[in-house]
Parts: sequence; structure tokens; C-alpha cells
Amino acid sequence: MSRVLPPLLMLIIGLAAWEIAVRTAHLPVYILPGPLVIAQTLVRDWSTLFPSLVVTLLVTLGALAAATLLGVAIALLFAQSKWIELSLFPYAVILQVTPIVAIAPLIIIWVKDTATALLICAWIVSFFPILSNTTLGLNSTDHNLLNLLQLYGASRRQVFWYLRLPSALPFFLGGLRISGGLALIGAVVAEFVAGSGGIQSGLAYRILESGYQLNIPRMFAALFMITGTGILIFVILTLVSHLALSRWHESAAKREG
Amino acid sequence: MLQKNRPDPFPVETPSLVALRGVDKVYSNGVVALKGLDLAVREGELLSLLGPSGCGKSTVLRLIAGLGDLSSGTIEWSNRRGDIGFVFQDPTLMPWATVFGNIYLPLRVRGVPKREAAARIERAMEQVGLAGFGGAYPRELSGGMRMRVSIARSLVAEPKILLMDEPFAALDEITRFKLNDDLLALWASQRWTVVFVTHSVFESVYLSTRILVMSARPGRVAAEVPIAVPAPRDPSFRTSHAYAEHCRIVSAKLAQAMQA
Repeated sequence: MSRVLPPLLMLIIGLAAWEIAVRTAHLPVYILPGPLVIAQTLVRDWSTLFPSLVVTLLVTLGALAAATLLGVAIALLFAQSKWIELSLFPYAVILQVTPIVAIAPLIIIWVKDTATALLICAWIVSFFPILSNTTLGLNSTDHNLLNLLQLYGASRRQVFWYLRLPSALPFFLGGLRISGGLALIGAVVAEFVAGSGGIQSGLAYRILESGYQLNIPRMFAALFMITGTGILIFVILTLVSHLALSRWHESAAKREG
Repeated sequence: MLQKNRPDPFPVETPSLVALRGVDKVYSNGVVALKGLDLAVREGELLSLLGPSGCGKSTVLRLIAGLGDLSSGTIEWSNRRGDIGFVFQDPTLMPWATVFGNIYLPLRVRGVPKREAAARIERAMEQVGLAGFGGAYPRELSGGMRMRVSIARSLVAEPKILLMDEPFAALDEITRFKLNDDLLALWASQRWTVVFVTHSVFESVYLSTRILVMSARPGRVAAEVPIAVPAPRDPSFRTSHAYAEHCRIVSAKLAQAMQA
């Protein structure tokens, strides 16, 4: 409770100040709408905004799932041999440092299906933290524990399942939390670049569209939905991480005075 | 000084379990850890390797355990190499596993089902004073308790020989004395062979049936001191005349070894 209350209180104060400022300055809604107008718009336009949220969310979750699967798979490949890691890791870095807005147009041209193109863009943005963290985790196994398993005559497979995988878990979960936010950002950026309309359009397109129509309250409503989704993803992944680590990892365990 | 290729330099009354003959160990960075080391571990003894840091005592343990290769020389086991228990200076526990899960590890590697292993794990926990702590995680335990888990883990596999690499060096004196006594009690009841690495003269005299004093650069055995004080050794031994006398002899040998 004590962790939820302060930020919630801050939010209410902030929104109230915003509403009062907009009213006393008599700002027109096409410059800056107050939170009440935005909330009204959110309710009124729910029937168009919600399907768009679903579209964006599907791309985000799809990309995050692909990033998790491929990120972990490639990290496992790297863990097999230092040579594979050395020869492939630079390319993962290249993919990571190239701005997604710069390659998104190419991907959208190459890939016919827009949904797939968006998925690929969001995946490129989100997979690196999982890959690099999991790789680091798999390489951070306690050497004495490795010696011990060697002494017991453990097979490579046993070493992997009993030791390397659990050691890598906190690192992987840390990467997953970063990737969750990045997948959403990747999805939104790709939607902006694609700029496609029709029924299959996500929240980013709603923002573009509202901008053209000078429908600023709806622009804010869509923006709030994106931010809200990002926060929700972060909270869920933090919870997952906490549940998985709470008993044993310093990051999640409760500190007692 | 001991020479390479000599027969066992110390007369053997009991059969030796494992013998290192003319062992050299040179690390890849060029450091000569061991040079012409001869050493025999006798069945059922509690042998301490005592020496300054860098004398290669940990290297000897690792070589006996089969972790790392010899540069030259041989290691001979009296019969086939039996199961080895190894206790590191650090408890080396898996933080994600409970006490039970950590002790289960050697049996799990051997493919013993959890249900079959449970009774043996419970017994090992009782032997080291951990009864009832099976569900605790390592981070919830004190340093001494973690070391007990580490010892229980090496017990549960019923090793023929237990190798201990300065296991109590990082613990406070009160905990160390308690664990020393517990180790002696376990050793007396289990009839293991124990090789104990330490840099404490007092600890080695208290525990051992025999002490090998090692000298550094390159590591080799400089002296042998049998501690012919029969069991049971209890805390009164720490204040006895015999204890003080042995400590004096061992300290002198160690000082000599460090000058050589």
C-alpha cells in the first residue's frame, strides 16, 4: 500500500493542477485539453480507440514473445561455444544500434503483409536486451559449482539444467522487463512509419489521424492508452520477476533491518 | 629436501588410499605451483596440509579431485577412484535451491529419485545439525549454517574421501571451534579419510592425525608431523599441554619451511 499511495497521490495532484491551469488560462482544446476533456474523449471514442489498442497490443505481445523465444534461443546457441558467440554477437549489436526508424521503411517495403512488417520492427527493437542479458547470465555460473558438478560426473546436459539455466534466470528476467517496454515502443514507431489506415490500424495511426484532424483531445486519449499499456506491461513483468525470484535473489528478497 | 622419484618418504603403516608421486603442476601463466611433490593419503586418517598462501595446498586438493591436469608425475589410487566429497572455502551453494535441494544435488546428478533420496538427505541434515532447515534458502542462513549445508551435501554422497579447502577460514572463531568439533565427531563416526587444507597451525593440530607442512614457490612437502593424541579430542584438548607442545613443534616446522 505504501508503495502505491505516493505515486497515486502525485498523479491526482498533477492532474488537478493541469485541469486548473487549462481552465484559468482559458486554453483552447486544440492547444492543450484538460484531463477531464481527454477522459470524456476516451469514453466517447472508445469504439474506435479500443480496436486500435488491440492491434498495437497484439503486435507488441507478438514481438515480445518472438524476442523472448529467439533471444533465449540465440543466447543458448552462444553458450554452446565461444566461437559462435564471437562471430555472431557483433551482428546482434549492429541490429541493436541501427535506429529502427531508419530501417523500418525498408522492412515495410520488403515485407508485403503490414502486420508481419510491424512485428519484425518491434522484434528488432526488443530482442537485444533479452539476448545480451541471457548470454551474460549463462556465462555467469559460479565456477566452484561448475567444478563441483564436474566432480560428481555430471553430463553437459545436467550442468545446463541444474546450474546454468537457473543462474541465468535473474539476468533473463531483467532483460525481459526492458524488452517489454521496447516492444511497445518498436510497435508504435513502426506503425508511425507504416502510417497505414483502414481497420488494421493501431494507436499510432490514431494519433497521426487525430493530428491531421486537429482532434487534440483524441490524440491525448490515444497517447494515454499507449502509456497506460506500457506501464501495465512493466507492472506485469515486474510481478512475474518478483514471483520467480522472491525467495532467493537479492533483488527481490525483502530486506530486514 | 625431498627429491623427485623417491619412494614414499614417510613410512606407511596403514595402506594409502591415494598417492601423488613426483607431481609437478605448472599453470598456463608459467607459475610453478608444485614441484616434485610426493604425498600419500592413508586410509582413515585426517590429514592436514598446512602452509603459507601460494604453497599449492589447494592445488593438491584439486588434483586429487581430478579438477585440472598434472604437468608431470602420477596420482595412484589404491583401488578405483572412489567418490570424492569436496568442501570449498566458500559454501558454494545454489542460491535458487532450498537447503534440501542443495544437499540433493550430488544424488540428483546420479539419477537418484527425490523420494528415495529424501531419507538420506534428512539423515545428512541431522548429522550436521540442520534438522528442520530443509525448506530454507541459503540467503536466509548464517555463514556457519551455510557451511553446514555444504558439508551435508558432501556427506550425502557417502564419499570415500573428503577434501576440504580451508572450509572454516571465513568463519568467526566461535563458529569455527564448533564446526571443528562437529567435523571430528563426524569423522569418528563415519571413518572417512579427510584431507584438510588450512593455514592455521592451531586448527591443524586440533583436527589432524597427521600434518604435512608445505613450503612455497615451488610447492612441496617440507615436513611431516604426526599428532599422536588419541580420540576423543574435545575442547579440553585446546588448553592441554600436549596441544601447546604440538603447536610449538608445528609452528617451528612452518617457520623453517617458510625460510627454506
